[in-house]
Amino acid sequence: MSSYRRGVRDGLPFLLVIVPFGMLFGVLATEAGLSVAEALGFSVVVIAGAAQFTALQLLQDEAPTFIVLGSALAINLRMAMYSASMTPYLGKLPIWKRAIAAYFLVDQVYACAALDYERHPAESAGQRFAYFMGVVTPICPIWYVATLIGALAGGAISTGYGLDFALPIAFLAMIGPMLRTGPHVVAALVGALAAILFAWLPFNLGLIAGGLSGMIAGAEAERRMMQRKLA
Amino acid sequence: MIEIDRTTLWLIIAGLGIGSFGLRFVFLGLVGDRELPEWALRHLRYTAVAILPALIAPLILWPRGAGGEFEPVRFSAGMATLAVAYVTKNVIAAMLTGAAILGIGLGLFG
Repeated sequence: MSSYRRGVRDGLPFLLVIVPFGMLFGVLATEAGLSVAEALGFSVVVIAGAAQFTALQLLQDEAPTFIVLGSALAINLRMAMYSASMTPYLGKLPIWKRAIAAYFLVDQVYACAALDYERHPAESAGQRFAYFMGVVTPICPIWYVATLIGALAGGAISTGYGLDFALPIAFLAMIGPMLRTGPHVVAALVGALAAILFAWLPFNLGLIAGGLSGMIAGAEAERRMMQRKLA
Repeated sequence: MIEIDRTTLWLIIAGLGIGSFGLRFVFLGLVGDRELPEWALRHLRYTAVAILPALIAPLILWPRGAGGEFEPVRFSAGMATLAVAYVTKNVIAAMLTGAAILGIGLGLFG
């Protein structure tokens, strides 16, 4: 199977998440008073679900512009970590391909790519880019379309029934296969625990605290494991 | 419904777009193929496996759909998803398990 097709296959299950979430954003955006074009503009320009929902909520709360921007961007701080994490794999690509990858570097695409690049360490940067765009294909265009449908349908769509939990389910399913070694388990446990302990921090900084704590714990666990092997 | 100022709205959309792209581009674009030190690579190996649990742990303990309160059906569905994902390494099977428990559980107790 080509890298691109493997990417499409890995991205497809996320339609179960992307379609309801995109539609939900469209519905909530029109309910908040945004036009169809404005709702779609959000999804195309920003292309980050959690940040979009946050901005929408704060707009409705009549928060000042800099608070809306600051809070939504704080939620997206994790994207900088994704970018750093992808750099060893995609850094050799020409700048325009790196720019395209950066634009499409959303949670689901990142999670697929991070897992796949570890499983296929021998692939070239070009094959990795093909895989990346394969994952993007069923996810990002559908995010726009689902937003559009939601915005057009407006209040005709129900927004209840456990839909809020589709995202956590999808990510838990992806975390399982990532727990390949002891240090990976340590990183996940410390990341989750620290995020809960620091959940009281403003601007969603608990997420950043959790992510950094987990990374440090995982790296330290790996270093100690290697030392023990050498000793 | 409150009236949102159009200029402010597009300012926010544009600002968020530029800011989000900047965050995604900062390392990919600026570091590129320069060699990163070993300690940095060692930390980057654990980015995904640390930040994804950090992202969802609060959502599992205090789900928004239950008003931010602990809720046993969502919690059980989440734990079952993780267990199936860890044991089988099959993402789709895990997602379907979680969705089934969530759907049936909320149907019975929701």
